[in-house]
Amino acid sequence: MKTVKAHRSWSLIIGLAIISTIILVALISWLWLPYSLDNTDGGRLSQPSATHWLGTDKLGRDLVSRLMVGARIALTVGFSAVLIAGVVGLTLGMAAGFAQKWLDESLSALLDILIAFPTLLLAMLIVAARGSSLTSAIFAIGFGMSAIIARLTRLLVKRVLSKDFITASRASGTSWPRIIALHVLPNIWPTLIVSFALQFGLAGLAEASLSYLGLGAPPPNASWGSLLQEAQATVMTSPIAAIAPGLLLVALVISVNLIADGLREVADPTLRRAR
Amino acid sequence: MNILEIRNLTITTSANVKVVSDVSLLIAPGARLGVIGESGSGKSLTALACIGLLPSQLSATGSVILGDINPQEIIGVSDKVLNSIRGRVASIVFQEPITALDPLMKIGRQLAEPLRRHQGLSGDALEKAIIQALEEVRINNPSRIATSFPHQISGGERQRAAIAMALACKPSLLIADEPTTALDVTVQSEVLALLDSIVSERNMALLFISHDLAVVGQITDNVIVLKDGAIVESGLLREIMKKPTHPYTQDLVKNALILDDALDIAKGGA
Amino acid sequence: MRKYVIRRLAFLLVSLALASVTLFVLLRIMPGDPANALLPVGATPEQITAAQHQVGSDLPLIVQFLHWIRDLSTFHFGTSIISSYSVGPEIASRLSLTVPLTLIAFVVAVAIAIPLGFIAAFKAKTWYGALLNGFSQLGIAIPVFWVGVIFIFIFALKMMILPSGGIPPEGWANFPGMLKYLILPVATIALVMSSSLTRYVRSATLDVLGSDYLRTSRSLGSTFTQAMVRHGLRNAAAPVISIVGIELATTFVGAVVVESVFALPGLGSLLVRAIAQHDYPVIQGVLFISTFAVLIIGFFADLIQRLVDPRLITNLSGGLK
Repeated sequence: MKTVKAHRSWSLIIGLAIISTIILVALISWLWLPYSLDNTDGGRLSQPSATHWLGTDKLGRDLVSRLMVGARIALTVGFSAVLIAGVVGLTLGMAAGFAQKWLDESLSALLDILIAFPTLLLAMLIVAARGSSLTSAIFAIGFGMSAIIARLTRLLVKRVLSKDFITASRASGTSWPRIIALHVLPNIWPTLIVSFALQFGLAGLAEASLSYLGLGAPPPNASWGSLLQEAQATVMTSPIAAIAPGLLLVALVISVNLIADGLREVADPTLRRAR
Repeated sequence: MNILEIRNLTITTSANVKVVSDVSLLIAPGARLGVIGESGSGKSLTALACIGLLPSQLSATGSVILGDINPQEIIGVSDKVLNSIRGRVASIVFQEPITALDPLMKIGRQLAEPLRRHQGLSGDALEKAIIQALEEVRINNPSRIATSFPHQISGGERQRAAIAMALACKPSLLIADEPTTALDVTVQSEVLALLDSIVSERNMALLFISHDLAVVGQITDNVIVLKDGAIVESGLLREIMKKPTHPYTQDLVKNALILDDALDIAKGGA
Repeated sequence: MRKYVIRRLAFLLVSLALASVTLFVLLRIMPGDPANALLPVGATPEQITAAQHQVGSDLPLIVQFLHWIRDLSTFHFGTSIISSYSVGPEIASRLSLTVPLTLIAFVVAVAIAIPLGFIAAFKAKTWYGALLNGFSQLGIAIPVFWVGVIFIFIFALKMMILPSGGIPPEGWANFPGMLKYLILPVATIALVMSSSLTRYVRSATLDVLGSDYLRTSRSLGSTFTQAMVRHGLRNAAAPVISIVGIELATTFVGAVVVESVFALPGLGSLLVRAIAQHDYPVIQGVLFISTFAVLIIGFFADLIQRLVDPRLITNLSGGLK
């Protein structure tokens, strides 16, 4: 088994810190919100105050509460989409990695086509077919990202399979499933985890774009993207309502990117810094 | 006048670590010197220092004087001066030809660069010179090689092409930094023989760097041994092999002899 | 090379075919009949049949598919279910906004990224080089629509020097006016795109700066500049060119989103509205054109890349080794 060299990575620490905060907020939001989302007593578009820390939206709902719910959605989409992308991508990628000649070529060609197609357009297509909802968005984004995971997996698997210890293992009679479990997976998962981290952020951005365009989860499931869309019309009166959701999105994506960088460093500190 | 005089060369990193300590050596015109050392011994850096190509984060003190007709101090001197010397007075052949050559440019064009600069050739004369240069390094089918990219030819052909480029400016000193290490064993001896004969024919001086005692021994008698940036032994190779004084050299010699003995036994007699 | 072009062309056609089929299938599995978009609540059976006939959903699926293929090949996209306009010409007119927007934004992004990327690479060890690198890392995390809203807030609403959206009524006939209205949208897209492009340029340049072939050239007497120009530029350009296709496609997607931010009557806003209204012919038409554009861009990008990097020509099997 490959051992991971112990090495303090500031990227990893900071990234984990930020995302833990967001996760904490999301978890708390299930148990407690400063104000219920039905509560519209705050006065429309009020400024930040002691009672409403970031003010209220155009219907009088507390902004902090809506942002907390948004955190839930961002994280849910991130995890679910990456899960789907991971499962589908890994399977396809493994199949392609083991495939030879024409099967390999066709699978690679298929993957190349899928990857060339921008995830957001793909997501819009699926949403168009299945209607706007959180699940449509998750499936769409997850499916779009699976091609990237699949191609990466294929590359990694091929690289591992070309190594001598695999041939040695086969020669000593080890079955393919055991080889996959004992040799292939342990060698590919570090790089894959880094990729998952990056895709997490991209999924969050994609969902936000869909919601901003009105194609994501319908209200009152306030994703940060929809919050931004609502806030745009009234940005002069209440700029915070427009700035905050975006800032949170940026924080989310930066944190996972830092985690990805940190993981790369930990896995091999001799590599030159994040290029 | 010596072609190369290094006195008290010390190279330090930006963190003030000495990677080469107080190295001094002389090479007379037409003479040969071997530098033996493992990786990290500072041998490649010493070579780079000879033509002022140290990476920017390293700094050098001491004196490196290159050239017998117009001796020129290398350390601390401007790039302008260095550019006129590099290639003309001394040139380097590096260890790894696949990375030392531009992957996106045909061999012929890469060879044309030094030829054009130092011999002022162009047009047909240039084309002929390219083919001739490749023939001189005993490349078969020079016209095919000239129109090929580095990844399309074999390792041995690549290294010969690199050698041709180093020789294009007719330098008086050739510095060879592990030139055969990255090659297949059979090709190694061919390239070594090639270097040997070319250096002799042109009366060039040679600074030959390697970790391999046996390889160095085939091409030069005078050697210095570097360990951790400092010279631990110097003199004639066969004397050193008989009586190594420094513990590190003793190890080197011992290991080389073990292999030698093994080969002798395999051949069936001492 | 010629063999490769033919192969790649065949691949392009297959991709297009695949895309058409996928589009067709996905849009037909939507629960509910497209004809429903035309009907009021509580419609009579006659009204339903009439609507279905109008939309064509009463025909067998195979026939619908064949009609689809026939129409696609002649670029006939039918008429909008909602507003009865001809989809093809509408798409064409919208393209006249989205295409220039995408291209201008891309060119601006590249124009920013190349010098910034160079500086970030050459000065990688200095504090401002590191800062530049940090900014470009930040840039890829920023949602493009957020930048748009912030720009509107600052430049249109607070400072009031630029319009907050829309385009002049005369369209491109009013060239200067058009440019003025496109400044913020272009800036928005370019800001985000230039971040990722800067990272690529920086990375490629760093590779070249640390390369052995640069050292070889210098060891033979060339100045640093000569070596960079002769060897460095082409080697740095190669990896950047390889991602131009994808980045252009991403720019296009950025334009699609940004059109909604600035209420620009382009392809993006057409698509968004059509999806919300379940206006199938429009959705189909726009997505097909988008797919077509993306695949064609990829095709040419691939060819250019193979012209630049001879190593690729020898590795024909399934993409880069």
